[in-house]
Parts: sequence; C-alpha cells; structure tokens
Amino acid sequence: MEKMMGLINLDHEHHVFNELAYFRNNASLPFAGRYRLIDFALSNMVNSNIQEVAVFVRHKYRSLLDHIGTGENWELDRRNGGMFILPPDWNDPSDRSKGDLRFFHNNRDYFHRSKSQYVLVSGSQFISNADYKEAFEYHLERNADVTLISADVEDVQPEHYPYFRVEADDSGWVNNITNDQKNSELFTGVYIINKDLLMDLVDECIAYNKDNFFVYGIKEKLSDLKIQKYDHKGYSAFVNTIESFYKQNMKLLEEENYRDLFFNKNLVRTKNSSNPPVKYCEHAVVNHSLVANGCVIDGNVEGSILFRGVNIKPGATVKNSIIMQRCTIEEGVYLENVILDKDVHVSKDQKIIGSKEKPYVVAKRQVI
Amino acid sequence: MKECVGMLLAGGEGKRLGALTHKGAKPAVPFGGKYRIIDYTLSNCTNSGIQTLGVLTQYSPLELNRHIGNGKPWDMDKKSGGVTVLSPYTGKTGGDWYSGTADAIYQNIHFVDQFNPEYVLVISGDHIYQMDYQKMLNQHKESEADATISVIEVPWEDASRFGILNVSENDRIYEFEEKPKMPQSNLASMGIYIFTWEKLKAYLLEDACNKMSSHDFGKDIIPMMLQDNHKMFAYRFNGYWKDVGTVKSYWEANMDLIQEKSGITSNDKNWKTYTKDSNLPPHYISQHASVNNSLINSGCFISGQINNSVIFRNVRVEQESVVNQSIIHPQVSIGSNCMLERVIVMENTVIPDGTILQIGEDEDPLVINNEILGGMLTPTGSGK
Repeated sequence: MEKMMGLINLDHEHHVFNELAYFRNNASLPFAGRYRLIDFALSNMVNSNIQEVAVFVRHKYRSLLDHIGTGENWELDRRNGGMFILPPDWNDPSDRSKGDLRFFHNNRDYFHRSKSQYVLVSGSQFISNADYKEAFEYHLERNADVTLISADVEDVQPEHYPYFRVEADDSGWVNNITNDQKNSELFTGVYIINKDLLMDLVDECIAYNKDNFFVYGIKEKLSDLKIQKYDHKGYSAFVNTIESFYKQNMKLLEEENYRDLFFNKNLVRTKNSSNPPVKYCEHAVVNHSLVANGCVIDGNVEGSILFRGVNIKPGATVKNSIIMQRCTIEEGVYLENVILDKDVHVSKDQKIIGSKEKPYVVAKRQVI
Repeated sequence: MKECVGMLLAGGEGKRLGALTHKGAKPAVPFGGKYRIIDYTLSNCTNSGIQTLGVLTQYSPLELNRHIGNGKPWDMDKKSGGVTVLSPYTGKTGGDWYSGTADAIYQNIHFVDQFNPEYVLVISGDHIYQMDYQKMLNQHKESEADATISVIEVPWEDASRFGILNVSENDRIYEFEEKPKMPQSNLASMGIYIFTWEKLKAYLLEDACNKMSSHDFGKDIIPMMLQDNHKMFAYRFNGYWKDVGTVKSYWEANMDLIQEKSGITSNDKNWKTYTKDSNLPPHYISQHASVNNSLINSGCFISGQINNSVIFRNVRVEQESVVNQSIIHPQVSIGSNCMLERVIVMENTVIPDGTILQIGEDEDPLVINNEILGGMLTPTGSGK
C-alpha cells in the first residue's frame, strides 16, 4: 500500500501575534480552550494514517518541544517512524542552501530513511478537521506530481491576505498560483508531493540559489509539473493575527461551528494534562462559553473561552474574552474583549475593556 | 529489591451497587466526573511513591484491565516493578479462583517474592480517600510492628457497622471485632494493612492449609496474628474516607466531592488524582444553561439547568431540563423538559424528552440505564 509521511514546515509562516508570540513559536499558540495551533496539522496527519511526522522549526521552539514531547498524545511514539522535531542544527561545511531549503538539505535522512513514497506538507495556520486519505487517493488516481489542498473561503477577510490563490481548469488542474485578492480559492499551505520529486526539486532550488521551496520549487515550476487542486470541504479557519485569533476563537461559541471542528469528524488530539472536571460553585453564572477542565468558577462568565485551570472568583465578570491556562481572576474584576495569556493574575476590582475589533491583550505571567 | 510492594484487591463484585456493577467490577465504576473508583487508590500509590503494585482482579475484569493497561497514567509503566494485573490462574499444581482476600495474596506469593520486599501494603480498590501510605509505612517501621492497620474514628452510633479495633494506650491492637453489637471502641479498620512480609507470608502459608478458614484478612489472618501476640498497631487517619459499597454511599461520596466536605477535593494540586484521559474538547455551555455546585467533564453540551450534580464526559443536556443532585455517567443524552433528581444515570443511556424522575430524600437514589428505563416508561414517553 502506498503511504504518506508528514512534514510540518513552520519556516515561512507569516504572522502578527505581537505579545502572544514573544516567547513562543506561532505554531504553539493556544487555541479553543486547550489546543495549540499545531494540534490541527498533527491530528489531521495522524487521522490520515500518517505514522511519521517531521517539524521544521527555526525559532522559539521551547514551548513546542514541551508540547509535543515524544508525540505520545498523537500516538506518534513509535518504534518505526514517529515524531521528529528538527530545529536548525546545521553542521555541513559544504552547505550552500538558503531559507527553508536548509532544513530540507540538512534533514535528507528523514526522507531517505522512510519507506513512504509520498509527503504531505503542512503549515500550522490552517485550522480544520481534515482527513487527507481521500485527497491522497485522488493524487494517486490522477497520477499528479503535486496536489494542493485548497479551500474556498467565499468571503475574503484580512487574515486571508498572506495566502496564495489557486486557479484551475475545469478538471482541477492548476494553471496559476497567484496573489489575486479577489480570488476566494485559497491555498491552505497543505500539499501532497511525490518524495523523489520533492528531493529533486530541493536539489534544483539549491543549485539555483533559491530560498523558498514552495515558491521556487513548485509555484515557479507550474508549467513543468502536473499540479492539481483538491477542495477541502467542511469547517476551516486561518489564524495569523491577533484579530483573526480572537475572531476564530469566538466563532467556536456558535454550537454548530464547534461541533463541525471538533465533534463531527475525527478526534483532535493535544497534550493531556491530568486536570479534574470543571467545578462550578455556588455563585457561578456561566453562559455561552467553552470551559476546559481544571477550572474553578464562582463568578460570571459570558461569551468566553476558558482554558485549563482558570480560577474565577465570586463577583468577577468575564465577557467576550479568552482566558488562557491557569489565570486567576479575583473578586470584583470586570473583563470585556480581553485576551489574557497564560498565568495572568488580575487583582481585585480591576477593570479591563478592549474592543471587539482590537481586543486588549495581556502577555504571559503579568500581575494586574 | 523493593522496600514495599503494594497489593491492590480489586476482584470484588460489589453486589450492593446493583445495576452499577452488572457488567463490570466495582473498582471500575465511574466516580467523580472523570475517574473510576480505583483511581483514588492507584493515585494514592503514585503520590506515596509506591511504584511496584499488583492489582488482583477476578469479577468481570475486562473494563478494569483495559483501564489499568500498562499503568502509564499513574507513572507505573516501569521496566522494573510498575503495575501488574494479577488474575486467577491455573498451573501444574492446580490453581483456582481467589476464594478470599488472603487467598488472593497467597496465590501470588511468588509475585511478591520476586521483589524480595521487606513490607507489603494491602489495600482495596473500592474506597474513596486520599492518603499518604509513606507516613503509615514510617510509623510501621518506627514501631517495629509486624502489622499496622489504618483506622478512622467513626461516630459511636455507626461503630457496629464496621470492623472495630480495640487498642491499648499506645495504639497497640489487642482485639479485632467484626461488626460488634456493643463496640468498645470507635476505631474502624479502613481495610489498609502494612505487613512485614516475612511474617505475613508465614501466616498466609498456614492459613492456606486450614480447610475451615474463609481466607480473609479481617476474619482469619488478623485474628490469628493477634492470638499469637504479634506487634500490631493502629495507624490513625484523620482525612476523608468512604466505603462506596452501596448505591447510597456511592451517591453521597460523589456529593461530598462537590461540596469538598470533610477534606475530599477534586482539585488538590499537591495530591492529584490520575486516570486514563480521553483527550476530549472543552465542554460547551449554551446561552440557555445554568450551572451551580456541580462538576462537569469535557466533551459535554449543556443547555439545561444543572445543580449539585456530577456530569461525566460527552453528556448532552437539552433546554428546559433540570438535573438536580444526580450523577450522569459518560455519553448520556438527556432530552428537553426532563426533570432528574437523585438519579444515577449509567453510560450511554438515552433519556427521552419530558422524562420526569424524582426520588425523595428518604429513598435510595435511583440507578437507571436504557434497560431499566425501557421497563419504566409508559408508551407516551413520560416517566413514573
């Protein structure tokens, strides 16, 4: 049986997360109450029968290493294959590669050692619950060189700006990859490619001094390659700015969206922690919210997302906000349109109000 | 060599739990919104540094065996020691079902011996409590005892329902009475024993030869050791402890967990309870919901009103429904306009719209599952 191996390439991902990404890679940004952005790419790969996944990561990967660990939560702690986190440790004196090609060049072994003949490449910003098995069959069936996973977003939003757009003929063969902002058919950053071809294209890019594999290895070679698109159907979101982060979290408060992303298909996996069920106390008034385990709530919560281990004291109000892991909100506090990063402590009677368009962000471990 | 090996008795059927144990053993019964009863003793072992543990299973062990697995959630996936599930077996010289608590250990003497321990901790998987066994072991060593039995003070009026230990001034045990009519003491045995292995082994071997014996720790081994005047001490425990042997006490213990009564808590960062986690998304509380004094696990969709209840994973409660003083096991679906009070709903039960089940304070809480519900509901779909 033909098999795919996975690659999560974080090297050329553009994002504007400001204080949320001062101390972490964008792929380990917390999302939806207990996940990190990378969980979606990782889970989708595992749910598509991929048993070996490599991650190309250049900066700020401490939290990512901590999160992924041995890969056991994704069942990637395996004798054969498994999880490979590949930070930039480059010692080849003859190395002339640039950009993400340095990752490919210095980790050739990962590709050579695998028995898989195909590679599924992904970033971390495309949030979906996708099973790529069907796309893979389509790739084999039509004998394509590359299959780009695309998503029609219908209504183009500011967060869609950085992504390429796909133009294809009636039978799905791609004839243009553009920056045309009017085209709502986005390239999700996910594609399937034949491994041998990938390695040849890597060599060619290095030979011609290129610094971006997808742009020069695939996009610029469009006329030489058989590139097709495969439409992702179902829930999808792109997260690359604070505004889109806030918006996409809040969208999950609509039950239908939440079900689409997490319940109607496969399990999205993340790092487990042994948190007890949520404890709702006597004065708790909670509505229209997502609440993760380990929280203790005795205050008012409305239209918000509470990550694991958040503590909300009596008389505190949290409205339309995202409160990350282990924050404590003391008595009499009022928060509206706020994003609190992990371990923030808001002292008694403080009032913080942001706007829906520009939520107020508090960086990790602050005391207010 | 291991200093202390734990032996966890988990083979009991738990008859008095009714439908809750029809399909699985008592230690595997769900508890506290996320856990199973046995998780409390397993986590006590983890938190007390007991890293070599035999779990003795017998009655309907499928769920229990799968739950324990290689012991990973309790950090017991070890090359040396760790957790081993010990089921009854046959060998060259016979072998049989475990006929009593002492017999279960007797049949696994070779398991204990391979670690050559100085002490053996004998516990059972059907009590809810948080206890540091290391402290008890320290007392056992300091007092140079042959056996130490953990005790808890119970109200005098309840003493005749327990196994009572009569002790002298320095807490040395001189008598053990099973459910005495006229108790002389209110120190109840918690079913937690530490033995000096060499001594226990001798008594297990002797007891096994006695055809009249019921091969039980409380009824046979302890009285025999007392008769021979061995040094046996009581270890006093002051925290929360509850035998969840009946539907009522099972329900009460869950309610105690909500109220954090008498020191049992679900959220102690220094004494975590571990379990096999199902990695589900956070639960969803809709605009119509109201939740107070309750524990709710992940994967739930709550649109009704929840008070004083424990809700396990993947439960759905529709609008205009009220769940009060109830325990809802995993994957239960509760329709709209339902009213549940003092009810224990078992896994995968579907409760149709408009079901009303209210149990009075003077009655035992009602346990229901699809089967029981099917027999109760009238064709119009309204209950009781």
